[in-house]
Amino acid sequence: MRLQQFFFGIYPYIALSVFFLGSLIRFDREQYTWKADSSQLLERKQLRLGSNLFHIGILVLFAGHFVGLLTPHAVWAVIGVSDEAHQSLAIGVGALFGVLCMIGGVVLWRRRMYNPRVRATSRLMDIFILDWLLVTLGFGLSTIPVSVYHAFHGDVSAMVLLADWAQSVVSFRADAGLLDGVGLIYKVHLFFGLTVFLLFPFTRLVHAWSVPLTYLFRPYQIVRTKLVRYHR
Amino acid sequence: MKVRANFAMVMNLDKCIGCHTCSVTCKNVWTNRVGVEYVWFNNVETKPGIGYPKNWEDQGKWNGGWVVKDGKLELKAGGRVKRLMNLFMNPDLPEIDDYYEPFTYDYAHLQASPLAEAAPTARPRSLIDGRPMEKIEWGPNWEDDLAGEFQKRAQDTNFADIEKGIYAEFEHSFQMYLPRICNHCLNPSCVAACPSGSMYKREEDGIVLVDQNKCRSWRMCVSSCPYKKVFYNWESGKAEKCTACYPRWESGLPTICSESCVGRIRFNGIILYDADRIGEAAAVESEQDLYEAQMGIFLDPNDPAVVAQARVDGIPDSWIEAAQKSPIYKLVIEWQVAFPIHPEFRTLPMVWYIPPLSPVQAGIDQGAIPSDPEHVIPKLEMLRMPIKYLANLLTAGDEGPIVRGLKRMIAMRQYYRSVQVEGKPDLRVLEEVGLTEAQVKEMYRYMALSKYEDRYVIPTSHDELRHENSHAFQGQMGYTFGNDSCSVAGHDGFSLFPEKRKQSVDLKVMQFVPRARPKPTAPADPVERTGTE
Repeated sequence: MRLQQFFFGIYPYIALSVFFLGSLIRFDREQYTWKADSSQLLERKQLRLGSNLFHIGILVLFAGHFVGLLTPHAVWAVIGVSDEAHQSLAIGVGALFGVLCMIGGVVLWRRRMYNPRVRATSRLMDIFILDWLLVTLGFGLSTIPVSVYHAFHGDVSAMVLLADWAQSVVSFRADAGLLDGVGLIYKVHLFFGLTVFLLFPFTRLVHAWSVPLTYLFRPYQIVRTKLVRYHR
Repeated sequence: MKVRANFAMVMNLDKCIGCHTCSVTCKNVWTNRVGVEYVWFNNVETKPGIGYPKNWEDQGKWNGGWVVKDGKLELKAGGRVKRLMNLFMNPDLPEIDDYYEPFTYDYAHLQASPLAEAAPTARPRSLIDGRPMEKIEWGPNWEDDLAGEFQKRAQDTNFADIEKGIYAEFEHSFQMYLPRICNHCLNPSCVAACPSGSMYKREEDGIVLVDQNKCRSWRMCVSSCPYKKVFYNWESGKAEKCTACYPRWESGLPTICSESCVGRIRFNGIILYDADRIGEAAAVESEQDLYEAQMGIFLDPNDPAVVAQARVDGIPDSWIEAAQKSPIYKLVIEWQVAFPIHPEFRTLPMVWYIPPLSPVQAGIDQGAIPSDPEHVIPKLEMLRMPIKYLANLLTAGDEGPIVRGLKRMIAMRQYYRSVQVEGKPDLRVLEEVGLTEAQVKEMYRYMALSKYEDRYVIPTSHDELRHENSHAFQGQMGYTFGNDSCSVAGHDGFSLFPEKRKQSVDLKVMQFVPRARPKPTAPADPVERTGTE
C-alpha cells in the first residue's frame, strides 16, 4: 500500500529531519524567538490549573511513549516485564496522564480562545499548535478502549508491532509493513503525533528543548565581563 | 579583598517635588513600545501608599528577595528545585492588573462621530485587547499626592509597628515622594532566580541586565525581584528592566532619569566594594544589621591599600579617580545621610535615599510647634512623618541611623542660618551631630547647591580595554551581518552555519600583529615601532 509506505516509511524521516534541523536553525539564527512565551501576566487563575495539568500530563506521555516504544523487546524480557504487564502499564499510565493532559489542555484552550487578553495576544500558530496537540491527544485517548479490548483478549500484537515499527524508524530501516495488522485509530494517532514533530520548530514548543536543568547546578549569581578574548 | 566598582545612585527625597519628569523621560526613551506600555523602569510613588505594582513591598505576598535559613542565603520563593517545579505556573507572579491595564483613549471618535446633541467623548480602550474599558480603576500613579482613601493606602507595609489610625486624620496626614528604579543590587535575587541564566551583572560597572536572546520567559526574575523592577514584556515574552541607561553611562553621562531631574535630587556615580564579602554581608542574622553590613563592604577609594588592590583587580585609574570624586561615598559613608531601600530584602541595593525632612512651616509661624530658639527650624521630633515609617522603609526599622541622618540635615540648616543671618557660625549644633565645619560645608555644596558636576561623576567605559588585541578588532565595529544585531567577535555559542567572516578570519594574521613582543635589543626608532604595534 503506497500511502502507508509514505506515511510510515518516509514521512517519519521528513518530520524528524524538520524537527531536528529546524530546531537547530531556529536556535542558531533566531534565538530571540526561542521562548516559552508565557501569558501568565495576562491571566493566572485558569493557567494555574491548565498549565500544570497539561505539562505534567504531556511530559509523562512523552516519556512513556519514548521508553515504551523505543526499548527493544529483548530488554523488557531481561528485566522481567512481560508483554501483558507492559501493555497494562501503558494503558494505565497513558489513560491517567492522557486524561490529566486533556483536562489541562481544554482549560488552556478555553483560556486561549475566550479570555479576551490572551486571545488578543495569541499568534495564529499558538492557537493552531494547541488545537493540533489536543486532536492528537484525543486520538491517543481513543486508542485506549481498543487497547483495553486487546488486553482483555490477551492480544499484545498491536503494542509489539508499534514498538517494532518505531524501532525500525529510529534504526533507519523503516518498515511500514509492520503496521499492516494495526488498527486505523493507532495509525491516525501516529500521523498526528509525527506531525507534531514537523510543526515543532515553528511553534512555541521549542521551549521544551530549553528545560533549564543546568539551573540546579550553577551558582546563583552570574557576572559577565565585556572583555573580548581571542581564543581561536 | 576583590575590588569591584558598582553603579550607584543616591536620591535626595528632601528635594523631590514629585513632578514625574524622571518617569516620563525614562518612559519615552525605554518603554514606549508594544508589550511594555504598562512598564515604568522609573516611577515615582507617593508614600504612604501601596505603590506600583500594588503592595510590592509585601514579601509575604510576593516572596521576593532573600531569606537566611540556618545562616545560609536562600531565595525567599524557594530553592532551585522549587523554582523549576514552578516553571509551568509561577505562583508569585503579579498579574497585569496588579500593575494596571494599559489604556489609551479613542481620540478618533472625537472627529469621526456624527453631528449629535451631546458632545462626543473619547472612551478609554485597553492597549492589550483593544476593548473599551468602562472605568479606569487603577493606573501607574493612582495614589498621586495621597489620592484615594486612607484605608487603602494604609496597607503600606511601612506602617508596621505604627499606630496608623491617627494618620488617617487630615491634621496628621503626611506624605513623601519615592522615585524608584532598578537598584542594580550587589546580590540580585532576579539574577539568582533566572533558570536559563539570561540575567547577569556586568563585572565592570555592576549594571544588571537581561540577555534578550537567552531569556526563555520563565519569568522567575519578575517575582523574585523584591522591588518588582523586572518586568515581563507580554508582546516579546521576554523580561525587561532598567538598564541604568548603559549607553549613556558608558559615555560618562548620567542616566536619563538623573539628567532630567528638575529638583536636582539625584546623584550618580560609582562606588568601590569588596566583592569577596557580598555573601557575608547579605547573610547577617539580624535584618537591622544589614544597613551597617552593606556599608561595611564599601571601600574607601582614598585608602592606598584599596587603590593598590583596585589596580591589581583591573580597575582603570580613571575609575579609581571617579570613585574618589564620587558623591556616593560621601553621602553614604562619610556623612551617613543616605540609606538603602528595604535592606531587609538582602539584595544589597545600590540606590540609596536621603530621607525627607517634613517641617510644618505654618505651625512654626504660629508658635505651635517646638523649634529652635529662633523659631525657624523645628525639632526633629516634631516632623510630621513618623521616624518609624522612614526606618521601616530604609533601615529595616532601626530608627537610630535615620535620626542621626535627619539631625545632620537639620544641623546643616542651623549652621548656615547662623552664618548667613547672624554672621557668626554656630559650631555647637555641628558638635552635637558629630560633623566638622569642613564636612558641613561640603554637605551644603552637594546637598543644597547640587551642581551638575558634583552630582554626576561618571567615568567613561574603557572600550579599548575590552579587547585583548585592539588591532585585531580594527574595522570590525559598526557592521553586522545576518539577523544578529550589534554582535561582535567573541560569540562563543554553537553555530550551525559557517561563522561570519569577521569571526572566522584569523585577524591576528591579517593585521600582522606580532605574536610575541620583540625583544628590546637595540633602542628602536619610535616611528618605526608604531607601525607594528
